[in-house]
Amino acid sequence: MATIVETAALPRKRNRALGRFMRNRAAVAGAAIVLLVILVAIFAPWLSPYDPIQASFMTVRRAPSASHWFGTDELGRDVFTRLLWGARASLLAGVVSVGIAVVIGVPLGLLAGYFGKLVDGVISRFTDALLSIPFLILAIALAAFLGPSLTNAMIAIGVSAMPRFVRLTRGQAISVKAEDYVEGARAIGLGHFRIIVRYIFPNVLPPIIVQASLTVAMAIIAEASLSFLGLGQLPPAPSWGSMLNTAKDFVSQAPWMSIFPGIAIFLAVLGFNLLGDGLRDALDPREL
Amino acid sequence: MLRIIANRALVAIPTLILVSMMIFGLQKMLPGDPVMAMAGEDQNPQVIATLRLKYHLDEPVPVQYALWVKAILHGDLGASLRTDVPVTKLIAQKLPVTLQLAVMAMIFAIGIGLPLGVLSAANKGKALDYGANVLALTGMSIPNFWLGIILIFLVSVKWQLLPSSGYVSPTEDFWLSIKTMLMPAFVLGAALGAQLMRHTRSAMLSVLRSDYIRTARAKGLLRGTVVVKHGFRNALIPIVTVLALLFGELLAGAVLTEQVFTIPGFGKLVVDAVFNRDYAVVQGVVLVTAVGFIVVNLFADVLYVLLNPRLRKS
Amino acid sequence: MRKIMLAAVIAASVGSSTVMAQSNSTIRIGLQDDIGTLDPARSSQVVDRIVFSSLCNSLVDIGPDLKVVPMLATSWSMSADNKTLTFKLRHGVKFHDDEPFNAAAVKANLDRARSMPASNRKSELASIDHVDVVDEFTVAIVLKAPDAALLATLTDRAGMMLAPKTLTDDASVSTHPVCSGPYKFVERVQNDRVVLEKFAGYWDADKYPIQKVIFQPIPDSTVRLANLRSGSLDMLERLAPSDVASVKSDKNLNFISMSGLGFYDLTFNVSNGPRAPKAFKDKRVRQAFELAIDRDAINQVIGGGIFSPIGQAIPSNSPYFDASIKTTKRDIPKAKALLKAAGFEQLNVELTFGNNTVSNQMAQMLQAMLSEAGINLKLRPTDYAAALNASTKGDFELLYLGWSGRTDPDGNLHQFVTCKGNLNYGRYCNPDVDKLLDDARVKATVAERKPVYDAAQKILADEDPIIYLYAQPWPYALSKKVQGFTPYPDGLIRLRGVSIKG
Repeated sequence: MATIVETAALPRKRNRALGRFMRNRAAVAGAAIVLLVILVAIFAPWLSPYDPIQASFMTVRRAPSASHWFGTDELGRDVFTRLLWGARASLLAGVVSVGIAVVIGVPLGLLAGYFGKLVDGVISRFTDALLSIPFLILAIALAAFLGPSLTNAMIAIGVSAMPRFVRLTRGQAISVKAEDYVEGARAIGLGHFRIIVRYIFPNVLPPIIVQASLTVAMAIIAEASLSFLGLGQLPPAPSWGSMLNTAKDFVSQAPWMSIFPGIAIFLAVLGFNLLGDGLRDALDPREL
Repeated sequence: MLRIIANRALVAIPTLILVSMMIFGLQKMLPGDPVMAMAGEDQNPQVIATLRLKYHLDEPVPVQYALWVKAILHGDLGASLRTDVPVTKLIAQKLPVTLQLAVMAMIFAIGIGLPLGVLSAANKGKALDYGANVLALTGMSIPNFWLGIILIFLVSVKWQLLPSSGYVSPTEDFWLSIKTMLMPAFVLGAALGAQLMRHTRSAMLSVLRSDYIRTARAKGLLRGTVVVKHGFRNALIPIVTVLALLFGELLAGAVLTEQVFTIPGFGKLVVDAVFNRDYAVVQGVVLVTAVGFIVVNLFADVLYVLLNPRLRKS
Repeated sequence: MRKIMLAAVIAASVGSSTVMAQSNSTIRIGLQDDIGTLDPARSSQVVDRIVFSSLCNSLVDIGPDLKVVPMLATSWSMSADNKTLTFKLRHGVKFHDDEPFNAAAVKANLDRARSMPASNRKSELASIDHVDVVDEFTVAIVLKAPDAALLATLTDRAGMMLAPKTLTDDASVSTHPVCSGPYKFVERVQNDRVVLEKFAGYWDADKYPIQKVIFQPIPDSTVRLANLRSGSLDMLERLAPSDVASVKSDKNLNFISMSGLGFYDLTFNVSNGPRAPKAFKDKRVRQAFELAIDRDAINQVIGGGIFSPIGQAIPSNSPYFDASIKTTKRDIPKAKALLKAAGFEQLNVELTFGNNTVSNQMAQMLQAMLSEAGINLKLRPTDYAAALNASTKGDFELLYLGWSGRTDPDGNLHQFVTCKGNLNYGRYCNPDVDKLLDDARVKATVAERKPVYDAAQKILADEDPIIYLYAQPWPYALSKKVQGFTPYPDGLIRLRGVSIKG
């Protein structure tokens, strides 16, 4: 009985969600921006007019011009080119960090929400402890321990963001667990694992997707922050955050070095925020 | 009521222990140790050996942890390995600075976020709503350290309107203190205000949809009265909980803001300590922060129960 | 209500105007780093010395020409066997707590610096056997063996004199030092400021017009300069090289720079642990590296004109400077030929360096320059603590480091290139060099020591275990209000004769 209701409900729900999404102009704009960032990241080598790493000491700190749309930096490299290549680092940082957070956090949250009692107690205390340490400080300490690099920054951000997903998933799992069809599944003797995977997880998914998109935005800013502090992607590899780290010492002489990477971060983050918002509006029936 | 508080407090203890272990363990795993930095350029092996002995750095980690906990229970958080200043004194010096930043930032955030959120909800779908949402998204998406750099360049360097760094205590010179903190507080508060606006808006929206609001409107009450008196007051509940959450974000944001504006506060203290491997400071400060965070959350929980009569019965 | 507000506004504006009025006799100095401990015996940072130069007097001082001049000691003499250094002390000197300065105080301080467990001055004073109080104003330092560098060492922290009564409480010395300098300690807020106030009882008080000194550490060089430009600071040290041009052309600011005693170098890991590349054991490879580097280009692009190229450890204003050692000019074909002769067409090397703006630029520039000789540099930036760790443990291949420099040539050489040298991270070892540098320590006069240093430096220039890139500069930016400031090669800010106009 329950299964029939399910399979009938889902396709309609999905179509309605898609329709709602497409009608939301801001959401579509967000999706478009995200798509743009992804494309830029993938096609950076073909889109760049210059080499992002090769220093050119003759063209140090030139203002924006026809040959260098966004000017050059302190080692004579084209800012526009580095911006395009930097998209890779930022996008990777955003997606992989959240990936780590989701892959660790969601299963933990499911276990905590579903089994409750001792399992929940242990996982929740651990999560609370992580959440009591301010996110950025935890990320800084982790990144300092691991050493400055993009990979380590991603791990640090992922681990620091993980508690949110645990909390979210746990809360959702608890409320889904109380639903009738789950009770029914238990009644007919389905194993825990199957219940979690087939019934709890799919219904927990929508808010997780929303949160994931919003967390990607947060992770991009976090990576930029870590790089800004000297703990993330280090020069000469281009990353928007480390470009800003260097640029801050040249703000008076070469303001374009600071302006454009910041705008890039802003746009990427805005895109993911809009996308997340759009997804929430589309998937969450309450907002009607 | 009391039982709820007691319950929460009890739960907080194992969390606190876990936090202390986590931070301690993390510190120990950082490569390089402060003794080398303390021994400075000369790196005299005798000095290094003496310092390692003094700070128990060669003993097994669990032993060091036990020693640290024992000291804390005696009220001794240790001293900065770099300057010998006691950690408690450092905290006493730095906390007011960050608190001032936090309070001013919160004033910005609440002053911008709340009214915008309420107006937005009350005018859902119209241009005002749309515009406010754009503003909020902008505030949320701008990296605050970048905003700081650009503002320093424009406001301090080019136009010379406000100081670009430092800290002046309000007791020393009140207006200069405010002036110095203005830009950092704005930078920090902008992002928070944006989030607060969105939370307020959604809280207001769900409240405005509810039955008692419809009843109030049906009774013929003025729209303004309905919104403020009935709507807002009930929307306070989720808003208050969000404020507690934002407190954590505030601390995180303060770290970056204090770096950019060179404010000698809590955040800068911790970052510098991590880079200098100043164990005692990092441990002490993070522990105090965690305690503060737990206390604030406890406070928020209590407030939540107080504001929501329905919960009081349980 | 309105009356109260009005009163508050008036009070506030009066309040802020008094802050302005103070600036007549207060100097606010922006520092690059925060100070560590305020105990000269334990101090380990260059920036601490800047504060000490106003707070404490040492036995002797150096002049702008690097010659040792009297300070707390008015004259000194060395015994015939070069093992006893006798100082005649100045009369009428008081510590900030009004204790009298005398030979007993000198002995107490030197004994403490030599024996305190955590003292960083031990290696500097290692040659001292014991200190004798000859009479109230005469003190004799008896050495185990002749040590020509000792006099110069006593111009720095090792020779700084603290009030004897305070020496029993180490913690208090670190946080509230009582010295005998022109300014006394008022307060220190970590990461924020150090405040000093004129000591009325100073023996040379009338040469110090300024009444109050406030040091403010502002690590971000842009923000530091912004503060100077806006008037919140009166001077700053270590101006960023990229800001030199703009400060020079700024009508409201003065730019004064001096080449310091220190240097920035590339250290090869010759034999420190398993990571030492085999290639580095061959001096031809090391020479090839040096031939691939263009120091003038570095000075131009990164250095803003203040990174003076050097080819040796001894500073150019030292009497021991060897003018016959020329700075290597870039020669890529020769570099390639040397590499080939050593058996390498290509070489992959990792460069470890501390992560900051200038180092990052330097590393990338070196990468570009070396690539043209077939050397592929992989960059490994770390933070300072990790860099120190890596250096000591030999966890590096090539290291980019700085050294703040010492007045005596021994300070710039011995620890770095002798087989057991403390700071010899690359573990380069040549017994001939050891013999020469040890010998130079025990000889007495410049005339006797210079030939020995020349011989040692010749070997080092040929063997190239360390490539000396450029002299550490001390660039200052000052507001036009500051008058009478002279820079010194040791980078210290001496406020004698410095005043603030209106």
